[in-house]
Amino acid sequence: MATRCLFENSNEIGVFSVLTNAYCVVAIGGSENFYSVFEAELAEHVPVVHASIAGCRVVGRLAVGNKKGLLLPNSTTDQELLHLRNSLPDSVKVQRTEERLSALGNCVAANDYVALTHTDLDRETEELIADVLGVEVLRHSIAGEVLVGSFCNFTNQGGLVHPMTTLEDLDELSSLLQVPLVAGTVNRGSEVIGAGMVANDWSAFCGLDTTSTELSLIESVFKLRDARPSALVNQMRGSLIDQLS
Amino acid sequence: MMDGVEQLSAEEAGAFSAGTLATIACCLCGTAIPPNPSNMCASCLRAQVDITEGIPKALAIYYCRNCGRYLQPPKAWIAADLESPELLTLCIKRLKGLSRVKLVDAGFRWTEPHSRRIHVRLTIQKEVFARTILQQEFIVEYTVQYQQCDACKRDAAKIAAWQAVVQARQKVDHKRTFYYLEQLLLKHGTHQDALGIKETGDGIDFYFANRSHAVKLLAFLGDVVPLRHKSSEHLVTHDTHSNSYNYKYSFSAEIAPVCRDDLVVLPPKLSASMGGIGPLVLVSRVSSAMSLVDPTAVQTTDLPAAAFWKTPFSPLMTSRQLTEYTVLDVETTGETSGKFAAAEVTVARSSDLGVNDSTVLVRSHLGHVLHIGDLVSGYDISNAVYNDSLLTGHKASFELPDVVLVRKTYPRRNRARGRKWRLARMAVEMADDDARVARGGAGARDPATRDAEEREGFLQDLEQDAELRAHVNLYRADGATGGEGADGGAEETAMTDADVPAGAGGDADEEDDDEYPEVPIEELLDALDLSKGRDAEGVEGEGDGAEEGAGTAGQ
Repeated sequence: MATRCLFENSNEIGVFSVLTNAYCVVAIGGSENFYSVFEAELAEHVPVVHASIAGCRVVGRLAVGNKKGLLLPNSTTDQELLHLRNSLPDSVKVQRTEERLSALGNCVAANDYVALTHTDLDRETEELIADVLGVEVLRHSIAGEVLVGSFCNFTNQGGLVHPMTTLEDLDELSSLLQVPLVAGTVNRGSEVIGAGMVANDWSAFCGLDTTSTELSLIESVFKLRDARPSALVNQMRGSLIDQLS
Repeated sequence: MMDGVEQLSAEEAGAFSAGTLATIACCLCGTAIPPNPSNMCASCLRAQVDITEGIPKALAIYYCRNCGRYLQPPKAWIAADLESPELLTLCIKRLKGLSRVKLVDAGFRWTEPHSRRIHVRLTIQKEVFARTILQQEFIVEYTVQYQQCDACKRDAAKIAAWQAVVQARQKVDHKRTFYYLEQLLLKHGTHQDALGIKETGDGIDFYFANRSHAVKLLAFLGDVVPLRHKSSEHLVTHDTHSNSYNYKYSFSAEIAPVCRDDLVVLPPKLSASMGGIGPLVLVSRVSSAMSLVDPTAVQTTDLPAAAFWKTPFSPLMTSRQLTEYTVLDVETTGETSGKFAAAEVTVARSSDLGVNDSTVLVRSHLGHVLHIGDLVSGYDISNAVYNDSLLTGHKASFELPDVVLVRKTYPRRNRARGRKWRLARMAVEMADDDARVARGGAGARDPATRDAEEREGFLQDLEQDAELRAHVNLYRADGATGGEGADGGAEETAMTDADVPAGAGGDADEEDDDEYPEVPIEELLDALDLSKGRDAEGVEGEGDGAEEGAGTAGQ
């Protein structure tokens, strides 16, 4: 299910949260409303963690992560790093990087297997991404935009990209990422997909302005229609049984 | 009405993409569309934003049926045909909210002229979202409503409906002041609020529909002539239930009876308070203050209106009593004051030349203009009859000179003939002939003749005095002589020149004298447009009448 919410009257909720299959990091807001929305949806399955990065609330733009790890910019304080390490499951590697492009969330988009990065990202950071997140790193741009983290969002199930992406790009990207991709919008026509929504394999959150058309597109491309962690397990079990039998 | 066509800026949409764009779902309705900056389909965009919002679709414009002009708020009335560019400009100017959009096209949609509806088709563009420019065409309906314009309203109003009247009076035996006032009012348009203007025995009445208009005129008059006024009100109706009172206001405005060129003996106190000037002084200029010049001591001073009304006085002799002298000798003494220069002048009465040898030696302030052989007008005090009471209170030693020279004059000739300029006239309702005769006293000449003479005198004053001219609008005459009798529509004017009896106009001695000051052509305004307004009706015609009147005067 995709859920609509607001962070302090802002529709750009991807700016204030990081959502993966293993955890969710939410900015510390003035009220707990935003946090509550995530908690109501996710608390049964994954930890929902309050955090700030370098004292800022824009955690979604500064940090990038997947179920295996979380990468933080070098401006993160030791205390914040410690807090995240303590709060996240032990399986999640939390690592700081010395990357010059410190808004990692804007420069990197990742699912559990592959990451798209800004074309100018450091070689070391690329290696770090591969190590910490356990992904294959691809330098690519989307619709002429190098900030791939801002203009696309994809999970292991599917992904949404900038509406101006050409068909050729779309085909190439989806074959690289091995997930179906669709060009679309969130927040009533906004093209900053990464900032407008967060998603994992069984849930998605987008800004309150998102229209029902956009929501249904998101649900179908991220395969959220009857997605539950249990449904996923059932599906996997089915394929396992298929393979084993 | 809103059959709008919308266009999205497609050139921007495909600016950077080399390949084919994927279709996206319209973010509102889900229709597959090529992506655009707003990511909405055209119909959703149209439903979402109305770029004509804030622009009224129906409004009223006001039209004066009498003169066929449209109101351009706040006050202007503009003549425009249906479907004319002027009307389109006026219609578009009335539209508020156009500043927020870009107007691309405008035109009329035809409507029946009698429908009193004007349809204007407008095409506007506006940036709605980031980089999305929307174009829309729409129609604004103007309802033409009737409203009388100010001029027509004034024309239609009965003079009897006046609420305030300003009665300007000057107790003198000529009308030069009022001729001058008329020109000032015309130049400044101050009289335009008046319902009617009536000439009476020794002044003019201005009738107004509003008290404030009358007060405005009073203030103007107070600025240009020494004036004192009294106001009174007369209760016309009174409604006790609504506690409303309806008054008629009368302002009696008295203009000081002292004019330019008058000879004045200042009251002893006034003379003392002004540094002992005079007490025999000439009035060189009259505005809100009087400029006085002592002809013997060549001293000048200004007498403010307030000071005048504190100790009012009347002139010892007035410009009607001027006598013409011929200058036989001038000896300047070297004293100057302002533009005046003192001189010892030997003069003889022009009428005495060839009759007797009597000459007079006069101390005069006109040393700067007089030369031997010039004509000069002055007061012949030794032979004059004047009011002795004006001299009372002065020391016994105070003696009047025999002659006081006032101004340089020029040979009497028909000046009207060669005049290249003319004046506008105000539409003034004539007084009864009785009143006009009464003004002149018993045995006066035909009032029309006298008016024409006075008017000619005023015109010559204008020609000879550039300072006076500066406050007056002179218009270029159409023809050189202007003898075409342009007074066709001037029945209403006080001085229809046509009723002047034909005299011996066009004297034979009509040679040019270079000395006579002419009005430089640069000072003249373009010729009056007779169709412009009601005031232009009374344009001074320089017609036969005026000419001949002057001719009569010259004999």
